[in-house]
Amino acid sequence: MIPKRRILSVTLCILCVIGVTLIISLNTGYLRIAPIDVLRVLVGKGSPQDALVLIQFRLPRMVIALFIGAGMAVSGALLQGITQNDLADPGILGINSGAGLAVVFYISMIQGQASALSGLSLFLMPFSALFGAALAALLIYALAWQHGVTPLRLILSGIGVNAAFMAVITIIQLRMDPKDFMQATIWLSGSIWGTDWPYVLAILPWMLILIPLATFKARTLNILALGDAVASGLGVAVNRERTLFLIIAVALAGASVSVGGGIAFLGLIVPHLVRRIIGRRHEVLIPLSALMGACLLLIADTLSRTIWAPAEVPVGLVVSAIGAPYFIYLLFREKI
Amino acid sequence: MFLSFIAKQRTQRPNNRKPTRAARALTALIGGLILLVVTFILSLLYGAVHVHFSTVWQSFTNDQTLTANQQIIRNIRIPRAIGAALVGALLAASGAVMQGMTRNPLASPSLMGVSSGASLVMVCALVFAPQASVLSLMLCSFVGAGIGALLVFGIALFSRGGVSPVKLVLAGMAVTAFLNACTSTIAIRFNVARDLSFWYAGGVSGVQWLHVQLLIPVAVFGIILVLTISRSINALSLGEETAKGLGERTLLVKTIAILAVLLMTGAAVSAAGAVGFIGLIVPHITRFLIGGDYRWLLPCSAVFGAVLLVGADLGARMINPPFETPVGVVTALIGVPFFLYLSRHAAGGMHG
Repeated sequence: MIPKRRILSVTLCILCVIGVTLIISLNTGYLRIAPIDVLRVLVGKGSPQDALVLIQFRLPRMVIALFIGAGMAVSGALLQGITQNDLADPGILGINSGAGLAVVFYISMIQGQASALSGLSLFLMPFSALFGAALAALLIYALAWQHGVTPLRLILSGIGVNAAFMAVITIIQLRMDPKDFMQATIWLSGSIWGTDWPYVLAILPWMLILIPLATFKARTLNILALGDAVASGLGVAVNRERTLFLIIAVALAGASVSVGGGIAFLGLIVPHLVRRIIGRRHEVLIPLSALMGACLLLIADTLSRTIWAPAEVPVGLVVSAIGAPYFIYLLFREKI
Repeated sequence: MFLSFIAKQRTQRPNNRKPTRAARALTALIGGLILLVVTFILSLLYGAVHVHFSTVWQSFTNDQTLTANQQIIRNIRIPRAIGAALVGALLAASGAVMQGMTRNPLASPSLMGVSSGASLVMVCALVFAPQASVLSLMLCSFVGAGIGALLVFGIALFSRGGVSPVKLVLAGMAVTAFLNACTSTIAIRFNVARDLSFWYAGGVSGVQWLHVQLLIPVAVFGIILVLTISRSINALSLGEETAKGLGERTLLVKTIAILAVLLMTGAAVSAAGAVGFIGLIVPHITRFLIGGDYRWLLPCSAVFGAVLLVGADLGARMINPPFETPVGVVTALIGVPFFLYLSRHAAGGMHG
């Protein structure tokens, strides 16, 4: 049993980090804006130029980073819970590569017309990603179905589908011209594409409904972790619950991938980090994973904008570069 | 813990099918060897240039003057086919060892940091020394593979609580992600992502006699090593406590297994790049066919891995001649449908 005070202090800690990062992130970037000007804009008295940069460019992007981080992390926590495998994440189960395939296909279809990638076709990209993710999930589920779905079959068909999609991605990518190839590589490494308010509105309902729903049902996940036989003995409809969790996880991952690209590592690592801090109980694990994921992705996004400004490093790479050492540090400290 | 249900299914399985299982494994092994010989001969005959069988024969027997085609056979196709067979066998066998030791169906040799370390050194070589020779590139990737493996193993070894398979896999995962992030960042920053992606996809087109001379001793030594501990891996795959209870010195077994995996994967990666998929899927395919006894699973995996890579290499040459499709792609396209079919219709071993 984890003391309530510990949960509370961890939550407060993460919230503080998010707050500080938000302020720093608003300040930094190609145009530096002083903290006092930021405050002025926020109360509606800043200069028009500052207001434009902050409200139209930076703020939506940061909000989206928070949402994607939370979505990916919860999706990873759910997938690790239902497959009972610590290596499961949206990436390894083929959901990311499904989205990736759709996007790579899309980029190769519009054939690198530089102008075409602005405006409407850019707006369509997230939808193709969402479509690909949903298709991949459907395929995995259909292939794993045999009078119900077991965790192991889910993992196995995930491995297969993932490998096949990756192969097709490689084929399409190698046929592209260098400019498109670069674009596809950056997308696959994970970078936040949708940075306007419409995108925020588009993914807001997913996150606001699905994450609380997952938290609300988390106790069932605890019971599922005891094994199928015990769970059905305790009166849980194993197949139905597992399918429900899978749908939630896929929807979260799909929505996140559609605007954030293949930020795979986040979904894998965040549940582990949180588990190390507060243990395995899902009703605490899921909301804290959401917070931690949001925090980590916000930090990573701020760094990705500033390391080589005005050029950007794909945020997925920054997540790995800062997440992995921290994870290794935790491995060092703790016994398993 | 996370695979406890598998262990449960394993123990619940009735134990009266033993003789048929051994017979089935033997059949699979012999069938695999025959298939290997057939694909090997096919891969000598077909390619950008089609060669008649008599030419192949003459290239062995004729010692004085070789025609162009005999030259091709002797200096390009034979080392390439042998290299493909060895690389496939090494990767598949290390994958089987990894999955048995860690009791995780998602474990594969690419999680040991070997290929990602090699990729990082390779991308640095591409950026900072674009004129490097084949030999020095090979040396580079071997060094990189060593660094990656050392990182993973060092982290698991020096952390509190010592090496456990779960910790090893987690450390491998983190190191792999970190190194891959560095690689991609450099590749995107310096615009060499495209050159690198061929290496990523892996291929045996560059294998020469030199590589084969390195691969053969490693393969012989590594496979004998894992075969000698295969009985202990059976025990380990039942869980750490069970293995101890059965009288295994688990630390010793795990150390030998890890060293064997590092050696075999390192050699394979330095010859053929990151052919990622064989080590993950071939052990599963084999397990579907013959069950989860590692004394049979290891040699059969090695043979099937060899067949798959030789066949895929042949396919890679044939699909779009004279250009080569990355062999990793062909491996996936051949292997995945088979894998998915088996995962639905066969039962056995870890798959219950």
